[in-house]
Amino acid sequence: MLRPLAVAVAAGLALALAGCADGGAAGDTAGGARVLSVFAAASLTDAFSEIGEVFSSSSPTSSPGVEVRFNFGPSSGLLTQLLEGAPADVYASADEATMDEARAGGAVAERPTAFARNVLALAVPAGNPVRVRGLADLARDELLVGLCAAEVPCGRLARQLLDREAVRVAPDTEEPDVRSLLTKIEAGELDAGLVYRSDVRAGGARVEGIEVPESEEVGTTYPVAPVARAAEPELARAFVAFVVSGEGRRILADHGFLAP
Amino acid sequence: MLVGLAGLAVAFVALPFVGLLQRAPWSGLPALLARPLVAEALGLSLSSALAATAISVVVGVPLAWVLARHDFPGRALVRALVTLPMVLPPVVGGAALLFALGRQGLVGRWLETQFGILLPFSTAGVVVAQTFVALPFLVVTVEAGLASGDPRYEDAAATLGASRWTAFRRVTLPLVAPSIVAGAVLCWARALGEFGATITFAGNLAGRTQTLPLAVFLALEDDRDAAIALSLVLVAVSLAVLVALRGRWFARL
Repeated sequence: MLRPLAVAVAAGLALALAGCADGGAAGDTAGGARVLSVFAAASLTDAFSEIGEVFSSSSPTSSPGVEVRFNFGPSSGLLTQLLEGAPADVYASADEATMDEARAGGAVAERPTAFARNVLALAVPAGNPVRVRGLADLARDELLVGLCAAEVPCGRLARQLLDREAVRVAPDTEEPDVRSLLTKIEAGELDAGLVYRSDVRAGGARVEGIEVPESEEVGTTYPVAPVARAAEPELARAFVAFVVSGEGRRILADHGFLAP
Repeated sequence: MLVGLAGLAVAFVALPFVGLLQRAPWSGLPALLARPLVAEALGLSLSSALAATAISVVVGVPLAWVLARHDFPGRALVRALVTLPMVLPPVVGGAALLFALGRQGLVGRWLETQFGILLPFSTAGVVVAQTFVALPFLVVTVEAGLASGDPRYEDAAATLGASRWTAFRRVTLPLVAPSIVAGAVLCWARALGEFGATITFAGNLAGRTQTLPLAVFLALEDDRDAAIALSLVLVAVSLAVLVALRGRWFARL
């Protein structure tokens, strides 16, 4: 009775370990193409998807074809995955603090390159039904206001900005990431929220942006770097170089990002 | 062979918990658990899951009875509809709730203008989201209990002059009591672990809508020790309830 059980437990462990080793795409080949795995902050979803397309079609190393696979998520969540050994070639975070942690934890060895800046903007449902004009309106009691949670960069930035401007906000929800905050504003369930300037562009016609001049002072800088244990280090460096190239900068600007 | 496969299943389920325990910050645990956020999230989780279970029992038992005892056109459809939240990704359920019961939603707009009730971003919204995903667990369990019971007891009660309500209360309910308890426990456990529908529909705010699973998810973003501590609380509470009730009630099934 004991032995089959022991064998089963061992088999279970082996399966689990194999699962770990097999978990990712880095270094895989997809139909002969080399695969580059990029972990990037959720706010980069649209801009990086476009950069990825242009990169894989124009890269000088593209003779056997390059496929860029993205894992978009909250910077800090991606960092957790990286520190746990998730296979990735490039990491782009939404703030320098998270990238510093990645370097301290050994997930990133090379010096990161700053490639974009983002500032916060007010987002309201299309038509601005409750007439939000500026940051101070967020303190209005009758409004349903959303912020990002303090645990994620956009939430840290929002609190920094509100503290600086001495605006006291009692949010009705603290969303885990900027996209879910934007979704609730688009749906008209929240009256206003603080999101990245670039997200207002991504929100399309159902959301309206109101620039916050004060936010220029507390923007966030996006760094990018190859991952220390990248399966495709060369390709990773080429991707980083492409992001900071004129072409990369143009795409980022199209999506509402500022130059670093 | 069978024992081997069973062992594999146990190992598969147990392994993640071993991982959790191995990473647990044991020495810092008391300080981590003493934070007001933990008590708040735990209290909210326990009470909202209890409320969701109570609502599920009140409407779910009659529904299970109708499905088990009455043949009507569209019964298969109703049954499929009721179990849909079991297979649907909870986030989809949460979005659907938002579009129906949110303040721009079909019913939500009416609730707000007529009664001033706003479900999203409220504790009531948490209960609604949990009820939505947990109700099927109760209905399915109770319906199975009813289906295996003999309807002739109810018929006999009716012949002896009992009204339908009396027969249901005095005969049917006692017969399926174990199924109701088992269903309620499953329902409560599902509500306690609810994440996707809650965060999508009710949002996340400490003390109002932040249940333990939401607190764990956010803590994972910047404080892994706190996330593990919170997870341990959730595991301990769930395990205690399941073990206690299993010993007492499930043996009878």
